[in-house]
Amino acid sequence: MKPRQKRALYIVVAIIAVGLAVGLVLNALKDNVSLYFTPTQVFNNEAPQGHNFRIGGLVEEGSIQREKDGLTVHFMITDLKRKLPVVYKGILPDLFKEGKGVVAQGKMEADGVMHASEVLAKHDENYMPPEAADALKRAGADNAISSVPAIK
Amino acid sequence: MAINWFKYSAPTTFYPLAGKLIPWFAVSSAILFAIGLYIGFVIAPADATQGEFYRIIFIHVPSSIISMFLYLIMAAYAALGLIFNTRLSSMMASAIAPTGALFAFISLWTGALWGKPMWGAWWVWDARLTSELILLFLYLGFIALHASIDDPRRADRAAALLALVGSVNVPIIYFSVKWWNTLHQGSTIKYSGTSMHVAMQQAMFTMLAACWLYAITIALMRVRSIILEREKNTKWITELAEVK
Repeated sequence: MKPRQKRALYIVVAIIAVGLAVGLVLNALKDNVSLYFTPTQVFNNEAPQGHNFRIGGLVEEGSIQREKDGLTVHFMITDLKRKLPVVYKGILPDLFKEGKGVVAQGKMEADGVMHASEVLAKHDENYMPPEAADALKRAGADNAISSVPAIK
Repeated sequence: MAINWFKYSAPTTFYPLAGKLIPWFAVSSAILFAIGLYIGFVIAPADATQGEFYRIIFIHVPSSIISMFLYLIMAAYAALGLIFNTRLSSMMASAIAPTGALFAFISLWTGALWGKPMWGAWWVWDARLTSELILLFLYLGFIALHASIDDPRRADRAAALLALVGSVNVPIIYFSVKWWNTLHQGSTIKYSGTSMHVAMQQAMFTMLAACWLYAITIALMRVRSIILEREKNTKWITELAEVK
């Protein structure tokens, strides 16, 4: 083997080794790397108890209720299997809408409701003019344009 | 016909070649920027959900793509430099690093500007954003490590190792939105096609081409300066018209 072939081999082996090591570390930290838990995960007790964490999913259609103060909002986060009630007092992002993606950070209280301190909107990777979106809606393909979060 | 590839790895041949190529890349980049911005701001329609805000995608996505690809190209040059001991490969790696860092920074910055009005936060520690931030740090680390070692050939080798180890991060950035729950949306450009209106696509791909040509122009200009600086004691440099 020529010296330069040897050096090439070392490099390839080193990259594979580092890749494997990083892969194992990330696999071990899987739950910590994910930004949020889905409602199903929360029901399976995979979310931390008594700590702050984030729930992600869709705002359930027809679930948004505003209190008289105009700031406090009640809604349900669903992953289309399970759903969780959330209450939040504060200013919501413009993209916060029923049927759209949302990530709420807060604590599950004894009443089984997440008291959120932050609510973020999650939008999808589809970009189209409003006319095209309307056409899709009329065609009944509404699901194709609403952001369904990956359920893992 | 056997092409002697090593001929172009000699700074003596590459320096004048790069000098001839630069104006072409620069002019085509400027033209494509003009076309891309025109399509992006005038022709492309507003988005159904995000209104006018989505238009930042025309700089955000190209700079993200380029920051990742440039890192792989830089690591490949660094590897070539290690394997073949070619001076020019290591010089190319050093020439690419600042441009890569710039694009990684633009990607993070425009992402923050986009995140605040749409998501409601400048920054979240999700996997996509965090791994792109690590990419910026890898670029800065490469530049800093190279600058901290006086002997340029030793600096090349040390920095090349950093570049190669860091290349593991690039697939992590790309797949982060698939592997983990993130606030960042999934990929718009997929193997199965692009989930984007045609005029928006044209604007984005034109801007991508323009940014590529810009990156190539700047990298070639920078590598010419590096060649001049590093080879300043050689005869061919002292005989160059622009040096005399």
